[in-house]
Amino acid sequence: MRAAYRNHPLWLAFALHRLSGLGLALFLPAHFYVLGLALHQPQQLDGFLAFGAHPMVKLAEFGLVFLLAVHMFGGLRLLALEFLSITARQKTLIAVAISAAFALACLFLLRAFSI
Amino acid sequence: MDVAIWKGDGAGGQYEHFAVPAEDNQTILDVVSWVQQNADPTLSYRFACRVGMCGSCAMMVNGTPRWTCRTHVKKVLKDGQLKVAPLNNLPVVKDLVVDMDPFFDKWIKAGGLHAPSKTRDDDIAAIAPDTDGRQNANAGIECINCSVCYAACDTVRSNPDYLGPAALQRAWTIVNDEKHAARGAVLDLVAQSDGCFNCHSMGSCTAHCPNDLDPMQAIARLKRAAIKHQLAGGGRDA
Ligand code: SF4
Ligand code: SF4
Ligand code: FES
Repeated sequence: MRAAYRNHPLWLAFALHRLSGLGLALFLPAHFYVLGLALHQPQQLDGFLAFGAHPMVKLAEFGLVFLLAVHMFGGLRLLALEFLSITARQKTLIAVAISAAFALACLFLLRAFSI
Repeated sequence: MDVAIWKGDGAGGQYEHFAVPAEDNQTILDVVSWVQQNADPTLSYRFACRVGMCGSCAMMVNGTPRWTCRTHVKKVLKDGQLKVAPLNNLPVVKDLVVDMDPFFDKWIKAGGLHAPSKTRDDDIAAIAPDTDGRQNANAGIECINCSVCYAACDTVRSNPDYLGPAALQRAWTIVNDEKHAARGAVLDLVAQSDGCFNCHSMGSCTAHCPNDLDPMQAIARLKRAAIKHQLAGGGRDA
């Protein structure tokens, strides 16, 4: 259980940033492996791309883009906090970062299904 | 109400339960005192002013670090239960008393001592109250060293050598103090490996400071100042 003293928005934003970072780190090796297929085993890559057309996989990709966007906007939020003199609007910044991430991921999902 | 109080020492301990009569106006410190006076005279705890001035009475109350003297039972009681423990992130001496030495040592390590820039024979430097520097310093000088922020910081938890929110906030007030003789040296100190760049801006310090101070923001500004200072060549000849 989350300790009581962690019960506030900034800590949640921190946790989200950490988890999205970890998620991306786990995903990257697989990503590079598949890219590597394009160079060495094009047939296998085609098979993999067919697998990527599956709706469930597209949904999973939505999660991935969401992670990426959360991590990126979360990072921008930190840069804004630490390098611009942003005060007292922390909650707004977090909300903006998360909604921007969500919007971006939704946009991706719409495109993925319309192709 | 049912009050669980942590009892033990540096080697370990456990919660003991006490039935404490509820009052209309009752602080956590009142509860702890009641237990010590009526149920368990061996219970050790620390307090002095009882009005949020001295910074000696902080404990974990239902999982959150607080000044026990200024926390009303009503505000924190959960299902008629209260859990009181020694502050996180500091070694326990006995029961609710922690050893504050590491906390204060870090103040010194972060350059918290004053370095005078004038002697008693000089005139007092005139500092305009509305300058940025003075405003920045003002924002942090009401700290009473209670260690609530330090107990809430997960970065201290994972790196016990991290200087922590209070010491770094103190450093930021010094960097903004025109009367201080070694402000560049303080910026060098806080830029070292256990210094301000450890902070993840998770804001638990700011969320829990009972004085409504904002150590997270002080540290954010300290980071910026320290980077500027290093880019300008600071620290090379130190
Ligand atoms: S903002 Fe920095 S100093 Fe404050 S709790 Fe988080 S890591 Fe600790
Ligand atoms: S910054 Fe606030 S919480 Fe931290 S030691 Fe000072 S008064 Fe206590
Ligand atoms: S007893 Fe002094 S601050 Fe609580």
